[in-house]
Amino acid sequence: MTDTAVEHVVHGEAPPAGEPASTPPPGAGGHGPPPVPNFNIVPVRALPIVAVVLIGLVVAISTNNLWALTFFHVAGGGLWTSLDLFLGLVLGPIMGSMTIPARVEFTTKFMPKMLLIMPTLVAMTLGAGFQLARHVGNLEATYPHHGWIVASMVIVGVMSVIALGLLEPANLAVLFELKKPRPNGERIGRLMKVFIYTAGITGLMQIATILIMTFLASR
Amino acid sequence: MTTATDTLPPGFGEPDAEDLRQADLPPVMPVAIVTLALIVSGGIVVAAQYGRIAHLTIPTVLLGLAAVLLLVNAVLIARIKAFAWPVFFRVLGWAMLAYAVIAGILEYVFVYDHTPARLLALFTAMLVLFATDVPLMLSYSVARWQPLDAT
Repeated sequence: MTDTAVEHVVHGEAPPAGEPASTPPPGAGGHGPPPVPNFNIVPVRALPIVAVVLIGLVVAISTNNLWALTFFHVAGGGLWTSLDLFLGLVLGPIMGSMTIPARVEFTTKFMPKMLLIMPTLVAMTLGAGFQLARHVGNLEATYPHHGWIVASMVIVGVMSVIALGLLEPANLAVLFELKKPRPNGERIGRLMKVFIYTAGITGLMQIATILIMTFLASR
Repeated sequence: MTTATDTLPPGFGEPDAEDLRQADLPPVMPVAIVTLALIVSGGIVVAAQYGRIAHLTIPTVLLGLAAVLLLVNAVLIARIKAFAWPVFFRVLGWAMLAYAVIAGILEYVFVYDHTPARLLALFTAMLVLFATDVPLMLSYSVARWQPLDAT
């Protein structure tokens, strides 16, 4: 990170009026405040990619193309699960052991991307999945394994509530906190823990969904 | 997650003005999460009956409860005196736009599938609540940690 990329710093306390942002907090004891690189909360340049994926999803649904629906459902679900598990079980512990400046720099580069990636993958997986199940008749109440389909809906429902009620708000709150002239590092740490833990929980719940889906696909 | 408190500079963890304001805020997030859970439950109950004559009493009750809770939350938020309102409305606007697109795709699927009128009305109402509740959660969870003069 270059000096010009440093826009502001992370402090644990509210700044005294008129004090420049680069001044260390009282009692910092020689620890320099971690610098925060300049970043965009929403990576605008990636929006066309999201648009292409969503248009592809709409085309797949409107044409009822079996391959396209399967692709969007399987690719979206696989990436969603892998990302959640990787975040919760691999990246989370690594981030916890990183220094504050490294963690801040990583967060500013990683979290904006997640803000676009996760909702896109969720829309892909669920939108295509519902249409695929309807198309091949798995959604019908007369389907022999209907109970398993309902079970997967319940799991996805719980995951959605966790993701939308805890994970996404934490993601956005971290980004806005980092945009402050003097972000609260302790708060960022707390919110990041919520983000990482909920990602891990939803990842583990995804394994249950995959078990059900592979069971149904093999019938 | 492994703790890294040994790397935290002294001064971290001390409450700032936003931390001190939290005790005065109403329980918007728990109410919003329950609202979302009711909407999702209603959707699952309806989807589970796909292909047979759907009984809409339970999902309608769940939808009604969700609507009441959403209204309660709107009142709770409106009554907050010290709040970063510009940030709240900015995030709310953009989030509503994003979730309108997501809800629009889902609505498109239901219309495309020739969902029966009563079911479609129920799904549409659920999507409207969904596309309002989630942005409300996002905007509140951002604004609650912002200084009052933040724009």
